[in-house]
Amino acid sequence: MSTNGEQTLDVEAVRKDFPVLQRTVYDRPLVYLDNAATSQKPRCVIDAVSRYYEEINSNVHRGVHRLSMDATSAYEGAREKVQRFLNARSTKEIVWTRGTTESINLVAQSFGRSQIHAGDEIIISHLEHHSNIVPWQLLCEERGASLKVIPMSERGEILLDAYEELLSERTKIVAIGHVSNALGTVNPVEHIIQRAHARGIPVLLDGAQAAPHMKVDVQVLDCDFYTLSGHKMFGPTGIGALYGKEALLERMPPWHGGGDMIKSVSFEGTVFNDLPYKFEAGTPDIAGAVGMGAAVDYLDQVGLDAVSAWEAELLTYGTALLDAMDGVRIFGTAEHKAAVISFEVDGIHPHDLGTVLDREGVAIRAGHHCAQPVMQFYGVPATARASMAFYNTKAELDTLVVAINKAQELFA
Amino acid sequence: MDELRDLYQEMILDHGKRPRNQGRIEASTHEADGHNPLCGDVLHLTLTVDGDTVTDARFEGEGCAISTASASMMTDAVKGKNLGEVKRLVDTFIGLATGESSPDPNELGKLAVFSGVSEFPARVKCATLSWRTVEAAISGSDEPITTE
Ligand SMILES: Cc1ncc(COP(=O)(O)O)c(C=O)c1O
Repeated sequence: MSTNGEQTLDVEAVRKDFPVLQRTVYDRPLVYLDNAATSQKPRCVIDAVSRYYEEINSNVHRGVHRLSMDATSAYEGAREKVQRFLNARSTKEIVWTRGTTESINLVAQSFGRSQIHAGDEIIISHLEHHSNIVPWQLLCEERGASLKVIPMSERGEILLDAYEELLSERTKIVAIGHVSNALGTVNPVEHIIQRAHARGIPVLLDGAQAAPHMKVDVQVLDCDFYTLSGHKMFGPTGIGALYGKEALLERMPPWHGGGDMIKSVSFEGTVFNDLPYKFEAGTPDIAGAVGMGAAVDYLDQVGLDAVSAWEAELLTYGTALLDAMDGVRIFGTAEHKAAVISFEVDGIHPHDLGTVLDREGVAIRAGHHCAQPVMQFYGVPATARASMAFYNTKAELDTLVVAINKAQELFA
Repeated sequence: MDELRDLYQEMILDHGKRPRNQGRIEASTHEADGHNPLCGDVLHLTLTVDGDTVTDARFEGEGCAISTASASMMTDAVKGKNLGEVKRLVDTFIGLATGESSPDPNELGKLAVFSGVSEFPARVKCATLSWRTVEAAISGSDEPITTE
């Protein structure tokens, strides 16, 4: 798999790792182009989850018995894998959550309630997923703070001059998507972080769409919080993580109360547990964490540089194909993009397009992609979106074009 | 393509592209809003009911071919019917679209072109949105109808 010391990707080989890619829908090979919604799972992740249940299932951090110790070490081992994957300094900085949505809510509730007050401001961008909008709106309402939104350009890029103007002594946190799920824009997060840090403002990056596609190093980025969704990076649903700088997490109060997040409890008072357990109340998704650990190992083995390179090729290929079609308009033409193509076809509503494509075996997303402000920006209720992963092929993009042609014929 | 042709019959494509009864009745007697949060389809329906009879029906909104055609043909169908007949037609149509009943084609007339919808579970709500909305309008409900 290697040439000149660089990893390259053998797409036919990696496809064999994903059982679902072998299936057909309506007697046609599945062409799965809805990876931004959720990714498929490789055999090793599926096996890790079933092996957990078959061999070591028990509760963690509790038992003196053998199974509980095995479960605990699998669970904590997975945390170490995620720590290495993000290059966090320590496992204290990796909090298991249900995913990006819960991670952002955790920060909004815990950091927000303790450190955001009336008159303070929170900066997000116009490109955000609803899960990086609504938790902040709830917080603003509760605290009397206000939400400032960095505008975007027609190409789908954050306007950095406007960002600069929004930053002020009232800004208490900047929360930005690393990669936009609706358009694929890779935001200039290094610059955004550097400008915020110049004023001592912490930055949260929503990494849901970045981690499956590119190497992420939280120390190089120097972000203060980073969020992951396991299911978008080839792991199970229901599991994810929050990275937070230890010093920040240390100062934040617990969010959920319950078992595991305490050292001792009495009716006079409770002593909270150390990081990261302070934020992990109740029995966690142990199997999910183990599965996410396996997904991270798998991504390491495939190599994220190879993944990024192949996806860039797919994006260029797919964009050229759709650009050449009559009546197709692409939304989001940022200079730096992940392999997401949001588009519309003249005279065909995205849902009708989605239905026709489905019968051709092609799975795309038709809708607002939980990013209604982006839709409002372009003045459309919905778009069609083809979002790729490293197991997609150019031939599949050819199939997409044939399927769009069929829809155009039907609606002609 | 056969099942797709069953879904997107000529009449549906035609009403989807050139919907009838679009707009808003200024002096309407009944109105209701419909919303399909999953798709973002929105619909505002206004009716004129004279005595017990629907004399006019108009809609405005945004949606896919199925929901637009459904609203267009629903507004055509209810005009001239009394409220009891409209209610029965709502039930009959929803039975057809969900596949829960197979109504007599004579009862439905042109609306029978929606029979293919039941094979497409993801699209049933598109077809039923306008019917649920007219049901709300004539029962005087102020709550916007949502398909979720
Ligand atoms: C950019 C972005 N942020 C956040 C989320 C929410 O992630 P989850 O549903 O896994 O919590 C998504 C998923 O759709 C996303 O694409």
